[in-house]
Amino acid sequence: MTLVQKDAPLDVVPPRRWGLAVAVGLLLIFSLAPILWQVLTSLKTNADIAAVPNVYFPRQLTLEHYIELFRRRPFLRYMLNSAFVASVSTLLCLLIGTPAAYALARLRLPGERFILAGVLIVTLFPYILLFLGLLELVRTFGLANTYLALIVPYTAMNLPLTILVMRSFFQQLPRDLEDSAKIDGYNTGQMLWQILLPLTLPALVTTGILAFIAAWNEFIFALTFITRESMKTVPVAVAQLSGTAVFEIPYGALAAATVVGTLPLVILVLLFQRRIVQGLTAGAVKG
Amino acid sequence: MAKLELRNLNKTYTPRVVPLKELSLNVENGEFLTLLGPSGCGKSTTLRLIAGLEQPTRGEVRIGDRNVTHQPPGQRNIAMVFQSYALYPHMTVYENIASGLKLRRMASAEIQQRIGEVSQFLGLGELMQRKPGQLSGGQRQRVALARALVRRPDVFLLDEPLSNLDALLREQVRAELKQIFAAQPTPVVYVTHDQTEAMTLSTRVAVLNDGFLQQLDSPKRIYVRPANRFVASFIGSPQMNLLHLKCEGGFAQLGRCKLPLPSQVTVPPEVIFGIRPEHVRLVRPEDQQVLQGRVVLVENLGMSDLLTVQVEGTQGTLLRALLPPDQSWSGKQISLALPPEALHWFDVQTGDRLPDALP
Repeated sequence: MTLVQKDAPLDVVPPRRWGLAVAVGLLLIFSLAPILWQVLTSLKTNADIAAVPNVYFPRQLTLEHYIELFRRRPFLRYMLNSAFVASVSTLLCLLIGTPAAYALARLRLPGERFILAGVLIVTLFPYILLFLGLLELVRTFGLANTYLALIVPYTAMNLPLTILVMRSFFQQLPRDLEDSAKIDGYNTGQMLWQILLPLTLPALVTTGILAFIAAWNEFIFALTFITRESMKTVPVAVAQLSGTAVFEIPYGALAAATVVGTLPLVILVLLFQRRIVQGLTAGAVKG
Repeated sequence: MAKLELRNLNKTYTPRVVPLKELSLNVENGEFLTLLGPSGCGKSTTLRLIAGLEQPTRGEVRIGDRNVTHQPPGQRNIAMVFQSYALYPHMTVYENIASGLKLRRMASAEIQQRIGEVSQFLGLGELMQRKPGQLSGGQRQRVALARALVRRPDVFLLDEPLSNLDALLREQVRAELKQIFAAQPTPVVYVTHDQTEAMTLSTRVAVLNDGFLQQLDSPKRIYVRPANRFVASFIGSPQMNLLHLKCEGGFAQLGRCKLPLPSQVTVPPEVIFGIRPEHVRLVRPEDQQVLQGRVVLVENLGMSDLLTVQVEGTQGTLLRALLPPDQSWSGKQISLALPPEALHWFDVQTGDRLPDALP
């Protein structure tokens, strides 16, 4: 009897699987609904957007909001600004952060714990508090309305995370690999470039994307340090979108700008997701 | 190929952490020297000092007539096989083996020829284009060996290369290792904590403990004439019987049996007596030193039984003996003989072997 009772549920899909599927579905709806709403809004005509009661699915698809973004406003320019600032600060972040992380992971530095604690505290620090000080600095050095005014703070902002993530990655790399490379005759530069870099690529890509996203989305510094129209970044440009009349809120254009502003990030993550997931260290040592 | 010489090596991290206190030894051409000892005895540190992965606090490492103490590992012309194999995971087997040669700017024709020879020797031909992740443990081990062999270094260093293999494969690879390294004249330094590997592979064994060299001898002499109590207890399985015995007039007293001490000037009041379980045997008519005892435990080892015997006339002194499993021993009263040529005597204080007449 007990045997039969045990075996019976195997024929139908177990209720736990159903529960999981429902949970995943709810989670997806919860996190994707706002984005879907933006996409739909960006494709609606102005009449549909303003209609009461709400029109959920556009009765007529239109690209007018997108065309407006690129024709009437220099949105491409904003995106290039954002891309440039975010890319350069990400690269700088990796270039400075990775060697620092390697040193923290491998060398027995005096006061290593204090350095790490310092790095950690910086990540906890609300950077809004730095804002006035930075503004002074930007003024003193005459950096207002230059890309540097954004690149430097973005790099600094993302460095702690880069250092912490890369350090924990380096600590997982087997030390024997580096010893073996030394005995094989690699000098330090060759070892970093030919052995460690290929192995750290997944971690570099992961932290790079995180840093890029943070820089791409940053708003307050970009709003304050840049006033010239041709230098503005996407988040600022989106916030400053205005309608033809003073009291008109251009919902369609806002939605289109949000979609266009998010798309590069989505594409970036999709491009690199295999690299992120891939565990390149498999097979280095007995696994 | 060249001889390797260690002179008064010492490695001190902090005054309390001194993994290697003092070590001097030579490894000649064609020698296979094993550094053997329990974990924490300083054997891996020694190997890393030879490789140049660590700098000694004092002392010198010489290869041939070069003092390489302050040279980086890449310039010492050594090759090392790691316990974890340490293959580069993003390179193919071929690239792994070739990397050390390419860095030394060897002509590609010669690289190909050398790799061809080694891969044929180790049976790696079909694996050349695979990545390490696609290989089994034994295959990775071979690639690691090939990477060392192809370099034709002055010294080979092997750091517990068998300990990641499962038991069956280990025995097979051990035999292969012996053949490979017997066929070439370059000195080899091999680190292990496994005495079977040390005994089977080496021409000489250096037993280390607590940062000091305990004995440096051929495997046979290490087994037959251990230099001190530590070596006696560390080498041999099952472990040697080591008993504290009282002495009286040139004899040590074990139960009712009087064992003659080796002839020497002063007879100590106490002595440590040792005999290997495999040398204890059943009594024969001609024996004079006979020991009575009762079997308290029998452990079946397959080819023999390991008996634990309580010696008669003592307060619970136990002696272990390896006897043929041709009868059931459990609980029996037996008479054992201790052949005089198989007895070991050690000083109670220092643990050193007492001098004896045997060569």
